[in-house]
Amino acid sequence: MQQDLIRIRDLSVRFYTYEGVVHAIDDLDLDIRQGETLGIVGETGSGKTMTALAILRLIPYPGKIESGSIVFFDRDGGGELDLLKLSEDKMRSIRGNKISMVFQEPGAALNPVYTIGDQISEVYLLHRRQELGHRAKQRVDSLLSDGSGFASALRRPFWRWQSRLYDKIAQDSHSVEPRFLSHVPLFRRLLRRLRDEAKLLTVDMLKNVEIPDPARVAAQYPHQISGGMKQRAVIAMALACSPELLIADEPTTSLDVTIQAQMLELFRRIKADRGASVVFVTHNLGVASEVCDRLTVMYAGRLCEVASVEDMFLHPSHPYTKALLDAVPIPGKELQTIPGALADALNPPPGCRFHPRCPSAMPMCQRERPKLKEIGKDHMVACYLF
Amino acid sequence: MSDWKFMARQLTRNPLSLMGIIIIVFFVIIAIFAPLIAPTPEGHRDAYMIPRDGYSATPQPPSEEHRFGTTQGQYDIFYGVIWGTRSAFHVGLVVIGVVLAIGILLGSVAGYFGGVLDEVIMRITDIFMAFPGLILAMAIVAVLGPSLRSVMIALTVVAWPSYARLIRGDILQVREEDFIEASRGLGASSGRVIIRHALPNAIYPTLVMASLDIGAIVLAASALSFLGLGAPEGYADWGQLTSFARNWIVGPPGNPLKYWYAVTIPGLFILFFVLGWNLLGDAFRDILDPRLARR
Repeated sequence: MQQDLIRIRDLSVRFYTYEGVVHAIDDLDLDIRQGETLGIVGETGSGKTMTALAILRLIPYPGKIESGSIVFFDRDGGGELDLLKLSEDKMRSIRGNKISMVFQEPGAALNPVYTIGDQISEVYLLHRRQELGHRAKQRVDSLLSDGSGFASALRRPFWRWQSRLYDKIAQDSHSVEPRFLSHVPLFRRLLRRLRDEAKLLTVDMLKNVEIPDPARVAAQYPHQISGGMKQRAVIAMALACSPELLIADEPTTSLDVTIQAQMLELFRRIKADRGASVVFVTHNLGVASEVCDRLTVMYAGRLCEVASVEDMFLHPSHPYTKALLDAVPIPGKELQTIPGALADALNPPPGCRFHPRCPSAMPMCQRERPKLKEIGKDHMVACYLF
Repeated sequence: MSDWKFMARQLTRNPLSLMGIIIIVFFVIIAIFAPLIAPTPEGHRDAYMIPRDGYSATPQPPSEEHRFGTTQGQYDIFYGVIWGTRSAFHVGLVVIGVVLAIGILLGSVAGYFGGVLDEVIMRITDIFMAFPGLILAMAIVAVLGPSLRSVMIALTVVAWPSYARLIRGDILQVREEDFIEASRGLGASSGRVIIRHALPNAIYPTLVMASLDIGAIVLAASALSFLGLGAPEGYADWGQLTSFARNWIVGPPGNPLKYWYAVTIPGLFILFFVLGWNLLGDAFRDILDPRLARR
C-alpha cells in the first residue's frame, strides 16, 4: 500500500452568488497517493477544476472553502500540514514549489509581455533564491580567483561586494541588504547574476521537457511559438521546482491528437523520473486510461466512484460511470448520450444527485445521499445498488 | 538593444509620428536653451517674469528690439513664448506624473482586489467626475489663490479620476486572464502579481491617454491663465500671453489684422505643442503593445 501524499476530508466549496448558494463541491473525501497518477473525470461543471484549485487554495471569488481539511504529507521534512489552515505566506511558499499546476489553455497561461525564459526564471527567483545565491557566489568567487590584469583589478571591488551579497542571500533569502538594493536603480545590477543563474536553470528545464533549441525558445515571446511548445513551456514552469504534486487541469484538451500523445508521453516520463504524484483532470476517458493509475468519477460536486483504471473500465459500477463509458464515441455506432442535463448547481436534487437521470433509480435515492462503500480492493462506489 | 531599434523603427516609419517627435524635440530644445535663445536682461531678477518695455496698453509690432513684437502692457512676446515653453513642460509633465501615480495606484488596487475597496474608490471618482472639470478647477484655484501651483493642483484633482477608472477597467479585464491565476499558482504575492503581471498588460491605454493629455493639460492651464486664474501677471506662460491679447483680437476699423502677432504667435505655440503630443500619443500606441509588435 502506497502512502498518502494528500488526504482530503469533508471538503465543501460554495459560491455565494446573487441567485443563491452554489454547492460546487459537497463533502468530498479523496486521497492522493505518493507517486501515483490520479485521474479526475466528469462532465463540465462537475467540480473537477474546483477540486484542483481547492488544493492550491485558489478558489476564485465569490467562492469559498466552507469546511473540511486538506492534509499534505510533505516528504521533505515538512511533516503533516493542513493546507486550509496555513497562513497565506506559507501557502505561497508551497504553490509552485511543492504543489504546482498546469492550466488548461497553454496560450492563456503565459503572460504575453514576457519571454518564456523570463516567466520560468520567475519561479526560480520566487522559490529558489538561496540556491541561486549560492550558485552566483560560486561564479563570482571563481572570477575573483582567476582574474588577473588591469580590467579585473578594477572590477575586483565590485566582485567582492557581489560575493558578499550573494552569500547573504544564500544564508537567508530574506536578508535585508540585498532586498533593499534590488529596489535601487543601478545597484540592482549587482544582483543581476541571480537572474543569469535562473536563466541557466530555465534552459536546462526547457531541455528536460524536450524543447529543441531551448536557449532560443527562452528568448521568445509566447505568441512566437506553437501551441505544443507553449504547453511544454507551461509544464516546464510547473516542474521548475520539482514539486511533489503536479495538478494538470485538462492539459491536453486544446492540443491536437499527435501533440496530445507527445504530452502524455512527457507526463509519464516526468513522473517516472521524479517520483512525483500527478492529478490529471480531464473529461477525455481515452486520455485518462492512457496515463492514470487510479480514476475518480465526479458528478455535480460529489464523488461517484473511485477505482483503479482497469477496474473502472472493466467493472464500472456506478450507473453514472457506466453511462459515461457508454457515451465514448465508437466509429460506426450511434453516439450514446446520457439523458437529461447536469444537475442544477443552485437547486441540486435531494439525495443522490444523479437520480433524475439514473436508469436504476430507487425511491431511496431521492431521500438520502448514498455513502461511499468499498466493493472491492481499492474500489469505492457511492450508490445504493451495492 | 533590439527593442530600442524596434521602437525607433516604428516611430520613424509613420510620417505623422515622426512629425510628432520632431515637434516635441523642437520644444524640448527651446525649453533647454531658453536662456541662450532669449537671454534674460541684466538686472532682471526672476527669469520667468517677462521683461516689459514701458506701460502702454497698445501692442507694438515686431521690430529689431522685439522680434515678435510686444503685447498689451509692452511685455516682450518672443521672451514670453520661449520661456513659456518651460512653463508648459513644467505644468504638463508634473501634473501628468502625479495624476498617473495616483491613478495607477488607486485604479489597480480597486480593479485587482474588487469588493468593498473597489466600491469606495469608484464612488469617490464618481463624486469628482460629477463636477464639470473646468468649473471645479476654477473653484479650486479661487480657493487656493491664483498661482501656477494652484493651477497644477486644480488640474491634478480634476484629471486623476478618469485615470483611476481607465486603469481599473483594464485591470479588471486582465485579472480574468489565466496567466494571472497561473502566476498566483506559482506562488507570487498579490503585489507582485499586480506589478509584474497585471499592470504591464493593462497600462498601455493609460500611457497613450497620458501623452495625449499632456497637451490637454497645458491647454486647460492656458484656459485658466486666460481667465486670469493662473500665474501672476507678467509670468512667462502662453495662456497669459493669449489673455493679454484678448482686447486686440480685432484691430481698428479698416485694419482688422493690425495686432495679429499678439494673438497668433502664442496661439501657434499652444497649437503645435498640443498637436505634437497628440501625434506622439498615437505613435506610442503603435509601439508599446508587445502583442502587435515584433512579428
